[in-house]
Amino acid sequence: MQMPAANPEAAIILDKVNKWYGAMHVLRDVSLTVGTGERMVVCGPSGSGKSTMIRCINRLEEHQEGRIVVDGTELTGDLRSLDKIRSEVGMVFQSFNLFPHLTILENCTLAPIWVRKMPKADAEELAMSYLTRVKIPEQAKKYPGQLSGGQQQRVAIARALCMKPKIMLFDEPTSALDPEMIKEVLDTMVGLAESGMTMVVVTHEMGFARQVADRVVFMDRGEIVEVGAPTEMFENPKTDRFKLFLSQILRGH
Amino acid sequence: MTPPASAAATTADTIHVPAPTRERPPASVYGPWAWLRANLFSSWWSTAFTLVFGYLLIRWALGFFNWAVINAIWSVPGTGQQVDTSACRALEGAGACWAVIGEKYRFILFGLYPYDEQWRPAICIALFIGLYIVSAMRRFWRKELGLIWLGTLTVIGILMWGGVFGMEYVPQEKWGGLAITLILATFGLAFAFPLAVLVALGRRSTKMPAVKMLCVLYVELIRGVPLISLLFMASVMFPLFLPEGMNIDKLLRAQIAIILFAGAYLAEVVRGGLQALPKGQYEAADALGLSYWQRTGFIILPQALTLVIPPLVNTFIGFFKDTSLVLIIGIFDLLTAGKTAIVEPAWQGFGVEVYVFVALIYFMFCFAMSKYSQNLETELNRHRRR
Repeated sequence: MQMPAANPEAAIILDKVNKWYGAMHVLRDVSLTVGTGERMVVCGPSGSGKSTMIRCINRLEEHQEGRIVVDGTELTGDLRSLDKIRSEVGMVFQSFNLFPHLTILENCTLAPIWVRKMPKADAEELAMSYLTRVKIPEQAKKYPGQLSGGQQQRVAIARALCMKPKIMLFDEPTSALDPEMIKEVLDTMVGLAESGMTMVVVTHEMGFARQVADRVVFMDRGEIVEVGAPTEMFENPKTDRFKLFLSQILRGH
Repeated sequence: MTPPASAAATTADTIHVPAPTRERPPASVYGPWAWLRANLFSSWWSTAFTLVFGYLLIRWALGFFNWAVINAIWSVPGTGQQVDTSACRALEGAGACWAVIGEKYRFILFGLYPYDEQWRPAICIALFIGLYIVSAMRRFWRKELGLIWLGTLTVIGILMWGGVFGMEYVPQEKWGGLAITLILATFGLAFAFPLAVLVALGRRSTKMPAVKMLCVLYVELIRGVPLISLLFMASVMFPLFLPEGMNIDKLLRAQIAIILFAGAYLAEVVRGGLQALPKGQYEAADALGLSYWQRTGFIILPQALTLVIPPLVNTFIGFFKDTSLVLIIGIFDLLTAGKTAIVEPAWQGFGVEVYVFVALIYFMFCFAMSKYSQNLETELNRHRRR
């Protein structure tokens, strides 16, 4: 049985975070602490604010109230602290967002070379090692458009890992994939989880949550409704909203 | 083991190779006859159109050939003031008088530039063309290309003005012809393009509202007036604002007007490309920790500019020809030089020949730009191919 991360060092702290889009209140007093090495799965119906929350962690979205501390650095308007956080936090998107005009290898080496100031040869060696880890080293010279969706998403994971991040964020990484490709991406993520990476994953893949998550967060209408260990939460949902969500998810699968 | 076996196989096979009878589909679906039938004679309506149009085309082509070649006069006796153009006049338009080109081509290409010094603008024209060719080749797309441009443009400036290395000083008022057109177009677009990229980026800035306002103001103001009025302003109004005794070259003022005008148009083209990029590209670059300029230089601009090559080249070609508008402020560009060449009494009435010649020069440059852009597009879009 996995213990909920008892690591005192928190990788991410969200403290009473609030966000509005115009008059719409999309995050309501969201407070959450992710420990170093912890794997957290965030789920919830669409429009529940889960993507917005994860995107606030590396400031692709700005929060308006509350505090967000990532790896000991607080997210403020300060550009230098933002650069520091972004180079420590990797992100994988629903739509891959690979750079279509660069080869797979160039996609992976761009940020290490220009942000980490790594020599080109070292960056390429590092990229090849991660491409091997996601099992597509032979595609290095191709362009993203020549790869399948599952392969593209694995490249996106390798690209993020090439920055040697301390934290990885996944924003619905399998939602845009054909069913037969979901497994190859999930397997890559399971491998990553086993290596001890701090991960926050927004997903509806409850099997994945059961297998690797230390804790599951259920969000609805901009607030955190339930938090707990996966087995306990799935077997005894405490709130009606989570019960309803689970029944809808399970019916869909 | 392998070589003897394969050799044996070849000798044995040569006898049994079947004739490639069914390699091609039959002539009814493939080949020139099938093509003709499918494209030109597929119905009675199509056949009628082909015949009528073909007749008109051949008649016109024959007429043009008669005028331009068969009945044409290639040279006339005498030169300069003593030229005798009566033979040309006797044709009464039935044939071209190409003698006017032979007599005036140096004026059309170099304008009023001193006759004995015209090798200087000639070298400049060659340098410009060389510069275009070098810039067009992708293997020269390196940092050194900027230096090559800087060096070549400096050499062109020295050659045109002179006054050093024993070359006679030639004031700008005497420059003219193709050299002027290439100077205005090249400097114009070389400065307008970077300006346009900056303005387009500025107009999309969310963090700097003042910069954004400035860019919007610039684009809307410049785009809102005709180029001719801008040229007038540059040539007539602008000197009024200068302190007494200070004078900026007329060509330079026209050049600045053209840069500003082209910049505003190109900025909107570039902005179109920036808007066409999915938001995810910006987000992915941000998430990797790239700075604004790294993101712009490595991710956004390469993709956005590739997307807008057709409208970009459209604008380039348009401005190459729009440089001819400087004639209204008395600058001797290619078209004005051609127009002036036939003012002389002996050559009056031979405008068609001169304009055909000038049009041909414009066409060569514009067609080259167009062809090159098509190649570039295919090459840069290689990654989209599967």
